[in-house]
Amino acid sequence: MKILVCVKQVPDTNEVKIDPVKGTLIRDGVPSILNPDDANALEAALQIKDQNPDAVVAVLTMGPPQATYMLRECLAMGADEAYLLSDRAFGGADTCATSTTIAAGIRKVGDVDIIFAGRQAIDGDTAQVGPQVAQRLGVPVVTYVQDIKLEDGKAVVQRQLEDGYEVIEVQTPCLLTAVKELNEPRYMSVGGIVEAYQKEITVWDHHAVGLDPKDCGLNASPTQVFRSFTPPPKGKGEMLSGSVQEMSAALVGKLKEKHYI
Amino acid sequence: MYFTEQHELVRKLAREFAEKELTKEILDQVEESETFPEEILDKMAKAGFFGIKVPKEYGGQGADARSYVLVMEEIARVSGVASIYVSSPNSLSGGPFLLSGTEEQKAKYLTPVVKGEKKVCFALTEPGAGSDAGGMATTAVKDGDYYILNGRKTFITMAPLADWAVVYAKTDMTKGTKGISAFVVDMKLPGVSCGKPENKMGVVGCATSDIILDNVRVHKSDLLGEEGKGFINAMKTLDTGRLGVAAQSIGVAQGALDEAIRYAKERKQFGRRIADFQAISFMIADMATKLEAAKNLVYKAAYLMDTHQDASMAASMAKYYASEICNEIAGKAVQIHGGYGFIKDYKVERMYRDCRVFTIYEGTSQVQQMVIAGKLLKK
Repeated sequence: MKILVCVKQVPDTNEVKIDPVKGTLIRDGVPSILNPDDANALEAALQIKDQNPDAVVAVLTMGPPQATYMLRECLAMGADEAYLLSDRAFGGADTCATSTTIAAGIRKVGDVDIIFAGRQAIDGDTAQVGPQVAQRLGVPVVTYVQDIKLEDGKAVVQRQLEDGYEVIEVQTPCLLTAVKELNEPRYMSVGGIVEAYQKEITVWDHHAVGLDPKDCGLNASPTQVFRSFTPPPKGKGEMLSGSVQEMSAALVGKLKEKHYI
Repeated sequence: MYFTEQHELVRKLAREFAEKELTKEILDQVEESETFPEEILDKMAKAGFFGIKVPKEYGGQGADARSYVLVMEEIARVSGVASIYVSSPNSLSGGPFLLSGTEEQKAKYLTPVVKGEKKVCFALTEPGAGSDAGGMATTAVKDGDYYILNGRKTFITMAPLADWAVVYAKTDMTKGTKGISAFVVDMKLPGVSCGKPENKMGVVGCATSDIILDNVRVHKSDLLGEEGKGFINAMKTLDTGRLGVAAQSIGVAQGALDEAIRYAKERKQFGRRIADFQAISFMIADMATKLEAAKNLVYKAAYLMDTHQDASMAASMAKYYASEICNEIAGKAVQIHGGYGFIKDYKVERMYRDCRVFTIYEGTSQVQQMVIAGKLLKK
C-alpha cells in the first residue's frame, strides 16, 4: 500500500503581519512551519503505516528549495519518501495551477492508494487545493475527515460537520482532507532526524512531471490576489450601567434600533 | 557555527517537546509530589532523548554530542529536573556500559535503559569520598563465581527509582585507584537497600538517596570491564557527564534570562518599565553576554567530541563557566523580579534553586579548575 501526503511549508501566521502600505505579507524573520492540518494528514498516514508495516508513506510538496527543511521534518516523523516539485515555472500559482502541478507530481509518483491533504493551509485558508487535486486525478474526495477506518479497497470515514458528522464509505484510491480533530501529530525523534538526513529528497521540475510552463504557475492562474489588508479594529463596545432591569431594557432597545430583533 | 541544519531540527524537536509537555501545571505538580510523571518519560523515550549518542544497534539514536547538548539545553530551559532524566541514560547510566560493557552486558542493560524501559543509577560517591573518589571504602571480595560487596554509596541520583546500579568498589585495597572495579548490581538483590530520599534544595522530582550494600553477592558476569579498571571507567564517564551539566546550565540560564527580560518589560515603577532603568538594562546586557560566552564554550566542547579531538579541557571549562554563570544569571533574574522572585509562583524561584547544584555535582567548580590548571601546568 502506498500513501501520499500533500504538505505545504507556510509562514507561522501567529507571527505574520500584513504590510499596511503594500498590502502584502511581511515574511521577513517569520519562521516557516509545516502547515498544521498537514501534520494531522501525515499523522493519519503514519498511523496506517503503524498498523500495516508494509505501507509506504510519501510526502509531496510544491515550493522553493528551502521546503526541503520541512520535508526532512516529515521524514523525521516517519515518512519513507519525500518529493519536492520545484521550478521557477511553478511560481506565482493560485490554487488552480497549484493543483495541476501537484496532480502531475502524484501521477509521476504513481500507484498511490490513499492521498491525504490538510483541510487548508493557514497562509491562504482556501481549502481548495485538496479537492482540486482529486478532481484532476479523477478520484473521489472526502473533506474534513475526523476519523478513518480502512477496509479492503475502501475507507470508512467520518466527515466533520458543524453540529455532528457524516459517515462516508469511499473506494480507494481516494483523497481525504484532514482536520485537526483527526489525531495528535507525533513528535519527530532524534534518530528519525538522523535518518531523515541520510535519505534523498527527489526534486522534480516541470520537465520531470511532464508539464508545459504555460500550464503552470502564474501563466495558468485565473485568479490573482488584488490586495490584502488588515481589517481596521472594531470600535470599543458600549458598557451599559444601572440596575438589571434598566440594563436589559436598554439592551433590548439597542437591539431593536439595529433591527436585530 | 558549530551546527548543521540537522542539529537545528533536533533543537526544534526538543523545544516543541519542552514547551508542549512541560507545562507549568505539570512542573508545579512535580515539585509538590516530588515525583516525575512516567507518561512524560515514555514520551521522551519515544522522541529518542534517552540514547542520543548511543549507536542504533543498541537501541539508541545514532546522533552526536551536539544533538545531546541541544536536547539538554532546550529541556533544561523549561525544567531543570526534566533534563536530569535526559542526561542520566545518556551519560552516567549509559556511559559505563558503552565504555566497558561486553556485547551481552550492552544488550542486557544499555538497550532497555536507552529505550526508557529500565533505569540505571551511577554509584561512585561515598560519605567519605566525594571529589576524592579514589578514597572510597566500598569493597568487593571475590568468592568463587561471585563478588561480595559491602559499603555505602551516597547522593546517588535516581537510586530509589533504579532497576540496576553501576557500583564502583575496591577489589584490591592496596592499589588505590587501580584497585577499583565496576559492577552492575541488581537493586533487588538481597543485601541492597536505599536510604531515605534526600530533602533537596532544588531539582525536586528526581529522588536521590544512599545505597547500602550489605554482603551483596554479585555474579562475576556483572563485573563491568576488567578488575582494577573501574576508576578509569568512572572518570571517562564523568568526562562526558560534564558536557551534560554544562548544557543543562546554559538551558536554565536561558530560561532565567527569558523570564527576566519578560518581567523587565512588563513591570512598571516610577511611571516607566523597569527595563528603561539603566541599572536593570545593564544587568540584562551582562547576563546575555555571559550566557553567549558560555554557550560557545559548551558548543565547542561538543564539536571537539564529535570531531574526535581532545575535549577534556574544553568540557571542564564549559562545565565550570556555564554552571557558575548560570547561578549568577538566575540570581540576577530573581533580583530583577524583586519580591516576586522570592515567591514560588514565579519560575525564577525554582530556577534559582535548581541550578545551585550545577557547580557541585559531576565535579565541583574547584575540581574543574584542577583539571584545567593541571592540563596547562603539566611539567
